[in-house]
Amino acid sequence: MPVDAVLESLASEFGPLETSVFRDQTRIVVPEPRSFAVFQFLKDRGFDLLVDVSCVDYLEYRGAKQRYGLVYLLAMTTTNQRLTVRVFVDDPEPTVRSVVPLWEAANWLEREVWDLFGIRFAGHPDLRRLVMPEQFTAHPLRKDYPLQGRGERHNFPVLTREDG
Amino acid sequence: MTTEYTTTFPMLNAGIGGSETSSPRAGDGARSEDYLWTLNFGPQHPATHTTLRLVLKLEGERVVDAMPEMGYLHSGFEKLGEHLTFNQYVTVTDRMNYISPMANNVAWHHAVEKLLGIELTPRCKYIRTIVAELARLSDHLLSNGAVGLDTGAFTFFLYAFYQREVIYDIFETLCGARFTNSYTRVGGVSQDVTPLVVEKIRTFVKTFPKTLDDMERLLTRNRIFVDRTKGVGVLTKEEAINRGATGPVARASGVTRDLRKDEPYLAYEDFQFQIACASSGDCYARYLVRMQEMRESLKIVAQAVENIPAGPVNIGIDQRTALPTKKQVYSTIEGTISHFELSMSNRGFEVPHEESYAAIEAPNGELGFYIVGDGNEAAYRARCRPPSVLHFALFPHLIRGHTLSDVVAVLGSLNIIAAELDR
Repeated sequence: MPVDAVLESLASEFGPLETSVFRDQTRIVVPEPRSFAVFQFLKDRGFDLLVDVSCVDYLEYRGAKQRYGLVYLLAMTTTNQRLTVRVFVDDPEPTVRSVVPLWEAANWLEREVWDLFGIRFAGHPDLRRLVMPEQFTAHPLRKDYPLQGRGERHNFPVLTREDG
Repeated sequence: MTTEYTTTFPMLNAGIGGSETSSPRAGDGARSEDYLWTLNFGPQHPATHTTLRLVLKLEGERVVDAMPEMGYLHSGFEKLGEHLTFNQYVTVTDRMNYISPMANNVAWHHAVEKLLGIELTPRCKYIRTIVAELARLSDHLLSNGAVGLDTGAFTFFLYAFYQREVIYDIFETLCGARFTNSYTRVGGVSQDVTPLVVEKIRTFVKTFPKTLDDMERLLTRNRIFVDRTKGVGVLTKEEAINRGATGPVARASGVTRDLRKDEPYLAYEDFQFQIACASSGDCYARYLVRMQEMRESLKIVAQAVENIPAGPVNIGIDQRTALPTKKQVYSTIEGTISHFELSMSNRGFEVPHEESYAAIEAPNGELGFYIVGDGNEAAYRARCRPPSVLHFALFPHLIRGHTLSDVVAVLGSLNIIAAELDR
């Protein structure tokens, strides 16, 4: 099914969604409460591959209304059509429904977003940090986190051979 | 670490002495999990090849569960991408998948050029295609060589590594660096191809098939190797799609997806080549797919190197994105202005307040960058979509029920590069 047809049926099911095209890439913005239903709908219409889940922190970005914009890149393996789905969430408790029940690929990708941006995924089976150590408290890819860190490294407990 | 693994393992009941009733100490309230071994594999182990860690739950020699852990090489590449300009960041992409740095260079500037809306010159497209395919060859040589090495075929690994050296030599002649090439630039490449490079690539295209035949003869029908890899780590087609596998791992499971054909970028439309696929989805299929892909890559290189279009390699000075040559800077006013403006921090590129995603078929799978522009020369956000992360997440699924010695075969056939995992 071509992307345009999917978007049409999506609009008739969920009402008009904000759609834009840039460099031949179609993007839709889905309100957070309905995101899971939309993903379920898209998966049933042939978007079987979840290419990526990532996030952008729009703190102080020109014209941004909400702080975090999640990026879901979907593709069809049969026709290789792509669709970018954006879900926007805001402080203080940014939370979005996990898509792990639909695509197992989201498991580690969502863990990474939680780790680096601090966005909670409701319903994720195993939401632990992926790349940062477990004792780490901050979320380093947020824009208010400095490039060179806040000295967390110096505060880590030092394990000596005797202690271990 | 302990909490996730307190679930029961159905496999245990089939194991020797594993069921609770037959266990000698079942009366003490001991559960069957208590008899499991925990083995820490890595982060420093020769067979992990890079710095990653696996916590394996073993029942005798059988792997009941595995917990992959990463983060030992996390160096904040995405954070750095928000502070380095589009041209500076290419040096960082070299360090991501260091088995095939050229492919990362090409992927990064492919995405940048998509955001900026730059159309490359035909010559540049051909050159980038050649280096990307050479990078694929060197990557597959190492990854297949490592599978051979880990399953006991040392000679095979040496054959593969010798050819990697030849590819390094070509890259050295091309851009001066053997390993961390940083070859591409916005709107072009750092050096044009010289006749010597063309000559070296031609020699390589002529001599490499013989080595490839030797390698096939050494391993493809080798009884020990086939026994160690056939039927090990089977990934079905549905699982491969659902778990986000791309590249040779997905194609070995029967997913016919290759971005070189599906959304042709650079000059791939001009060449005759085929996509290697297999259907069994085991380690052996992944090995075969990589072997066949090398032959197809060689076809692309052979066609491309004989047909490199004439003309400029970088896009013109009027577009003000690629640095002009020295001659243009010193002898024309446009060249001087362009060079000056590109070097100024408040001039440079015109970056839209937009965002776009572009991916290439890297040796490991789909390698893409999601770049957000905010008018500055550095990206507002430079997300890298690495194939290795999703492949490493597959690992526990693939290894469950196999023996400890299969761990290295599965790990090698997935071609996990920790620097690409952690970025």
